[in-house]
Amino acid sequence: MSGVVTLKINGQDIGAHDEESILQAALDNGIEIPTLCDLPGLSRIGACRLCLVEIAGNSNLVPACITPVQEDMVVTTDSERLQAYRRTIVELLFAEGNHVCSVCVSNGACELQDLAETLGIDHLRLPGLHPAREVDASHERFILDHNRCVLCTRCVRVCDEVEGAHTWDVTARGIESQIIADLNVAWGDSESCTGCNKCVQVCPTGALVDKGRSVGEMRRRREFLPYLTMMRKENGK
Amino acid sequence: MTRAKLATVWLDGCSGCHMSFLDIDERLLALAESIELVYSPLVDNKVFPDDVDVTLVEGSVSNQDDLDKIRHIRQRTRLLVSLGDCAVMGNVPALRNTIGGDAVLRRVYLAPDLTNPAIPTAGVPSLLPEVLPVHRVVKVDVFIPGCPPSAEVIFYAVGELLAGRQPDLTDKTRFGA
Amino acid sequence: MSTRRPEHRLPEDELELVSQQEQEAKQQYRHHVYVCVGAACLSAGSADVQARLEAEVAGRSIAGGCAVHGGGCRGLCVAGPTVTIEPDNVLYGQIKPDDVADILDNLGGQPVERLHRPTDKPFFMRQQRIVLELAGKVNSERIEDYLANGGYTSLIKALHEMTPAQVINEISRSGLRGRGGAGFPTGLKWRTVAKAEGDVKYVVCNGDEGDPGAFMDRSVMDDYPFRLLEGITIAAYAVGAQQGFIYIRAEYPLSVKRVQNAIRQARKMNLIGDQVVGTSFNFDLKVRVGAGAFVCGEETALLASIEGQRGQPRPRPPYPATSGLWGHPTLINNVETFANVPAIIRNGAAWFAGIGTEQSKGTKVFALTGKIAHSGLIEVPMGITLREIIYDIGGGIPNGKRFKAAQTGGPSGGCIPESHLDISVDYEALAEIGSIMGSGGMIIMDEDTCMVDVAKYFMKFCMEESCGKCIPCRVGTAQIYHLLEKITQGAATMADLELLEELCDVVKHTSLCGLGQAAPNPVVSTLRFFRDEYIAHIVDGHCPTGICPLQTPQNAIEES
Repeated sequence: MSGVVTLKINGQDIGAHDEESILQAALDNGIEIPTLCDLPGLSRIGACRLCLVEIAGNSNLVPACITPVQEDMVVTTDSERLQAYRRTIVELLFAEGNHVCSVCVSNGACELQDLAETLGIDHLRLPGLHPAREVDASHERFILDHNRCVLCTRCVRVCDEVEGAHTWDVTARGIESQIIADLNVAWGDSESCTGCNKCVQVCPTGALVDKGRSVGEMRRRREFLPYLTMMRKENGK
Repeated sequence: MTRAKLATVWLDGCSGCHMSFLDIDERLLALAESIELVYSPLVDNKVFPDDVDVTLVEGSVSNQDDLDKIRHIRQRTRLLVSLGDCAVMGNVPALRNTIGGDAVLRRVYLAPDLTNPAIPTAGVPSLLPEVLPVHRVVKVDVFIPGCPPSAEVIFYAVGELLAGRQPDLTDKTRFGA
Repeated sequence: MSTRRPEHRLPEDELELVSQQEQEAKQQYRHHVYVCVGAACLSAGSADVQARLEAEVAGRSIAGGCAVHGGGCRGLCVAGPTVTIEPDNVLYGQIKPDDVADILDNLGGQPVERLHRPTDKPFFMRQQRIVLELAGKVNSERIEDYLANGGYTSLIKALHEMTPAQVINEISRSGLRGRGGAGFPTGLKWRTVAKAEGDVKYVVCNGDEGDPGAFMDRSVMDDYPFRLLEGITIAAYAVGAQQGFIYIRAEYPLSVKRVQNAIRQARKMNLIGDQVVGTSFNFDLKVRVGAGAFVCGEETALLASIEGQRGQPRPRPPYPATSGLWGHPTLINNVETFANVPAIIRNGAAWFAGIGTEQSKGTKVFALTGKIAHSGLIEVPMGITLREIIYDIGGGIPNGKRFKAAQTGGPSGGCIPESHLDISVDYEALAEIGSIMGSGGMIIMDEDTCMVDVAKYFMKFCMEESCGKCIPCRVGTAQIYHLLEKITQGAATMADLELLEELCDVVKHTSLCGLGQAAPNPVVSTLRFFRDEYIAHIVDGHCPTGICPLQTPQNAIEES
């Protein structure tokens, strides 16, 4: 049985179910917290660190997406310090890959681009690393552009948790990490890929896109996800 | 009333930002009342003057010429503005950074199907090893991202700078658009 | 206490018999020659020495008889291969096969002067050995030898005379803290696992020792793995676990071999398996070999790796103590932590708590390396000063050079400069000056070491070993590394230094796991004590030690 707890977020009194995350409680009350790896309907991994928030009495920052609310918790989501950290994290991402918004099919529909805008990033203080990365256009309907991948692993999770194919995974480590199909084959050669395009729909950037789209033409449909997850849960019961 | 001295400069870019600047259209006339365009690809002056108030820089720093030019300009400008994504973050010219300038030259000038394959050296500046945004080379005072930034944004930003204010570009422009 | 099964002969008596037989067998020989077969001595050629010894002993008659054994790390790796003669306690160093005849000629007499390494020197006298108490004195591959030296009496005592709660109380009162580096109170961790709900529980031993220059755990696993098994088994009894895993990095093939051998022998003796030493306690143990990722030393990544997943950390809570392997409560401790346990059970919590400082009890094993005369493996009481470790035990800095800094805690740790040589080596004091106890790596640096270069070395390590899951660690370490590279190339500005410090702060406070959070430590710590060296590189374009190949600045931003 779930109970109701009361807490404060940014000075605002909030009631929430005790199994809810801080992120959920904040969103329900109109308080925006930036996220990137998180997507409702997928498991939460706390990897992007953008939703880190401050909790009174805790010297560590905690990820709002996976931290449950607690009675009398006092949460701050938008301090100067947090905003500065978020700007740096987004800058780190821009500097890591080759994110050239002007020639991206996702221009105008990209969560990374949006994050830069809402966080007020107008230039990069960090030097771009400009890695030489591949574009995998071997699939007949889709393209994987590693240059624009932020390694949020939404594709990995949706493929494993929702589609059940587990075509995608991550290989190598650190800055060399990369999304791979099966045991590192060209996407078009993957035997496990069902072509369901769920990965393409959940990708936050221009890394996974429909083939044949031009600059700024890519749009995503994600409405299916919470319903699919819900239906699966119902069936499981 | 003394008019503010404005300059615009075109480094490694497509001139789209200058086109967008011209898209200010009839408001250019109003702008002309308060500025004097002392140096620009759009005017004849070949020498960058000594005491410019505001310089708008389009394009990234890609070759030795760009580098010399922007250093020269920085010393003669009060406020330097990176205009557009190439100046702000390298953008399309910086795509070559993944493979390096030499590989680009070889691909273009030494392709096997060319009749006279040769990398030109005379009369052209050498490429820098890496394409850089302007602020990696000189200090930049204002950043206006966008590819290109809209005429609206440019007009607003220049207006604010002439009025002595730091333009607030939140929600007005972004990388890519 | 664990319920006993009625038996015609008690299992512990059987073990006692094995122990007695072993002792009697050993007494048939007047001399016992132990050749160190730890990784350091093996790489220095100890296998050839052992082979020659065996051949020579077989070919000549020695009064009173002589037995040759593999096993016997005395910690003085710099003198490898080492040979110990027991019971006379004569230590020989840098032995070549051709020295064997001389050694055998002098058995029982005066030690061979040119090979002799007297053990009444500070290197030995200033150490206090608990974890390594039997290292060098038992055969690494024979459980009988371990039993003959009092091995497994603690397990039998725990199973027969103590309840699990009593065992946990004993560990709590001893003040033992996690030796993997963080220093979490071991008893508290055990109690949490014991209290956690669930019938299935696991014990995991972290043998993924990955810090550069650290080889404490390897030594325990190589030299007397039985001690580790005993500690783990006691822990399993205390927390109610039925299954254990020892996670060993693949780069330690010898450890894998010796631990697996120890498990086989322990199972044969019913020291693990069903109804351990005739009680109702069932416990089995398996080895899991890592796949070469440093991050798998982080507990949640290690558990993921055991489960067959990609070795990446996950956010805590929940902690493994409540939700670990396959979601079950899991006790995870480091090799050295477990190896302390048998001694605490045998000698009592009060004895252990009497050693060390107010908050840091017992001893710590360090791998002493770098610019130090006696590099090797040492075990010292907590609270000893760094000066004693370096100058008494370590024999000081070779070649008349001046001490510059000691690095503890590897890529997660920091540097201790000369001004802090009298620091007490304990968890609190080290943390106070921005370093950490760490798992036991201690690298000594002399005046010729460039501290920016050191920071760059560790940052490269962190960058390459980042798992890639969270952004600050994955990309932040790479950016920090590039900034350090820029500094060592003489191309950086003071603005770069500012950016460096900002990035260190971001990576420290926003990374997902302990490795990322600690990755900036070597930079922060060298900046704290050797900032002038950074400034020299940046402003003067000069590396004070001449290590860094500085170039003329290019593309430096003109400040205007």
